[in-house]
Amino acid sequence: MGPLAVNELISENTNLFLAFLIGIAFGFVLEASGFSSSRKLAGVFYGYDTVVLKVFFTGAITAMLGLLFFGLFGWIDLDLVYVNPTYLTSAIVGGMVMGLGFIMGGYCPGTSFCGASIGKIDAMVFIVGLFLGVSLFGAGYNWWEKLYMAKNLGDPKISESLGLSDGVFALILIVIALAMFTGAEWAEKKFPREEY
Amino acid sequence: MSESKNTIKKTKYLNPYLGGVLLGLVLLAANFVAGRGLGASGAIKSGVVTVVTAVNPSSVESSSFIKEYRESHTGNPMKTWLVFEMLGVLVGGFLSGILAGRLKLKVEHSPKITSNKRLVLALGGGVLFGFGSQLGRGCTSGSALSGMAVISLGGFITMMAIFGTAFAFAYFFRKNWI
Repeated sequence: MGPLAVNELISENTNLFLAFLIGIAFGFVLEASGFSSSRKLAGVFYGYDTVVLKVFFTGAITAMLGLLFFGLFGWIDLDLVYVNPTYLTSAIVGGMVMGLGFIMGGYCPGTSFCGASIGKIDAMVFIVGLFLGVSLFGAGYNWWEKLYMAKNLGDPKISESLGLSDGVFALILIVIALAMFTGAEWAEKKFPREEY
Repeated sequence: MSESKNTIKKTKYLNPYLGGVLLGLVLLAANFVAGRGLGASGAIKSGVVTVVTAVNPSSVESSSFIKEYRESHTGNPMKTWLVFEMLGVLVGGFLSGILAGRLKLKVEHSPKITSNKRLVLALGGGVLFGFGSQLGRGCTSGSALSGMAVISLGGFITMMAIFGTAFAFAYFFRKNWI
């Protein structure tokens, strides 16, 4: 059955319309969870607000389990689902540059749109920065093309790399997440602050 | 009644675990419909490609970045999944903001810094995040969150690099937040 668009069960325009609806749900959940506030987002790095950690990991695990079960039930062909490729060097260096941008700017791209949608001017300025940063990457592409293309490992799953089945890996991730959530609840009591 | 006024002011945010489950269901829906996860920086890239192509059509041939994008995406770069999804994010965030009474034009910053300093840092952070999202083939949404959902090795590595680096530099930026 799924993925609907890949199996051509829906037209291209329907797919784009559903993208818009899914985006609305995405933006709504992010905003309702407090991801429109940069101080709330940055809180995870100081322990006073760990909403990012809780929402992010609960979200990733929910979707991961959903995909595994959908695959098991035959509702989705997991071979047709895009698995992000792994270019080791750029995954690490790109992630580090993003991490620095995160603690400096207080947003990531998705949350900055969310913040801008409720009138956060700092989020709007962050978005201007995003456009500049993407343009900068494009303008100097020849300079970092080697770095960008280095260490292409294909699109392995982390479970394969660790020699585990997907299900066992998911279980281990759940246990890790529960341990982190316990730590997060402790940190929020230790570093209390007003709700932003 | 007076007692509740003395307690810490609670804004009406969702329970984070419930928010997480809902976020996961949205991500699951994206995979079920389109065969790929959520994203944000890809829509910015579409915007940049559109603007550059319009302003300087010859750049399509001279820039390998734009050429590569054009080769992998036929048609109008603004008529892509992530662009429609991100337009939806603006609408969805706005709707939630209305319902919770959070719509307000303001610069959010720690009382220890000025609005202008906050805006300069937001701009710089945006530039870094934009650049890093291209290098890392996706941002927190497209690479980290969506990558983790499909158990991608790269997704987990990028996630750890983003959060690890932000955590490592948190001390130097503490005045901006607390």
